[in-house]
Amino acid sequence: MQHNTYIYIFIMAAVTLLIRVLPLTLIRKRITNITLRSFLYYVPYVTLAVMTFPAILEATGSIWSGLAALVAGCLLAFFGVSLFGVAVCSCVVVFVIELIIL
Amino acid sequence: MSENKSWYKKGLRDGIPIALGYFAVAFTLGIAASKAGLSAFEAGLAAALTNASAGGYAGFTLIAASAGYIEMALTELIVNARYLLMSCALSQKLAPETPLIHRLLIAFDVTDEIFGISVSVTGTLNPFYNYGAMTVAIPGWTLGTVFGVITGNILPVSLVSALGVGLYGMFLAIIIPPARKNKVIAAVVTISMAMSFAFSKLPVISELSSGIRVIILTVVISLAAALLFPVKEDTDAA
Repeated sequence: MQHNTYIYIFIMAAVTLLIRVLPLTLIRKRITNITLRSFLYYVPYVTLAVMTFPAILEATGSIWSGLAALVAGCLLAFFGVSLFGVAVCSCVVVFVIELIIL
Repeated sequence: MSENKSWYKKGLRDGIPIALGYFAVAFTLGIAASKAGLSAFEAGLAAALTNASAGGYAGFTLIAASAGYIEMALTELIVNARYLLMSCALSQKLAPETPLIHRLLIAFDVTDEIFGISVSVTGTLNPFYNYGAMTVAIPGWTLGTVFGVITGNILPVSLVSALGVGLYGMFLAIIIPPARKNKVIAAVVTISMAMSFAFSKLPVISELSSGIRVIILTVVISLAAALLFPVKEDTDAA
């Protein structure tokens, strides 16, 4: 069966948009249930942590440059370096380490 | 109104590292799109309309395989389901009286990164902060994809490799500072990383797509934390 690329793209866009739109438009009030509130409070930390590790080790040319970026990023963030600073320094660390070892 | 302007500028500034990281990640997405037979225009359109890395990648793979439309819809639903959780969390960050149009516009670009920065602003979220970030992030994502299709491997591998790690650096900058102040968050972050690592190695579970693993871990760990350490006071750092 012949499929149309634009229909594919439309389906991708429509499904992705609905997932994002429904909660933001339907949940208008402050959720008062403490368990639910607490759950949503922890969601960003868990999601971002889960997505960062171990994926960061595989994101670069070598597991060692990824590990170095992880350590550097954690230290810089711990000592209060800005979002932009941590992001740029992680990239520089990877670039320099890969220059040396690859 | 000047408050909106300053939030917009702040969003622009925080959006720049996101846009740069997106460019690098989307570049590799563009390469996948061209392998699937998409033109630069088609790939750019898909990127601009979805703003989703895993969703985009899964979509292009299915297009290459000439999969059915229903399979496409279901796959996008599963791969992007984490945005449902993020969107729920963001709904609590907005002032309850925020008009529909602002909610729709914010929803259009709920990505891992923009969610990360907008959920970590102090107090309620001003939609203009998101608009600022979106102003640079969406072009970064779209152009990265288009360039990926057109130029293939023009950027040196070492540069793409280095740029790709920027997004993770950003995630760390979002989760580490609160973890330093709050022991429960520190424990939650540590356990999340440990379980994520285990999930990527365990037999059977590691066969699941990374999108599904993220959903399972997010629901299980966040729920456990919520039951064991409910957040009592109305903290604004939600």
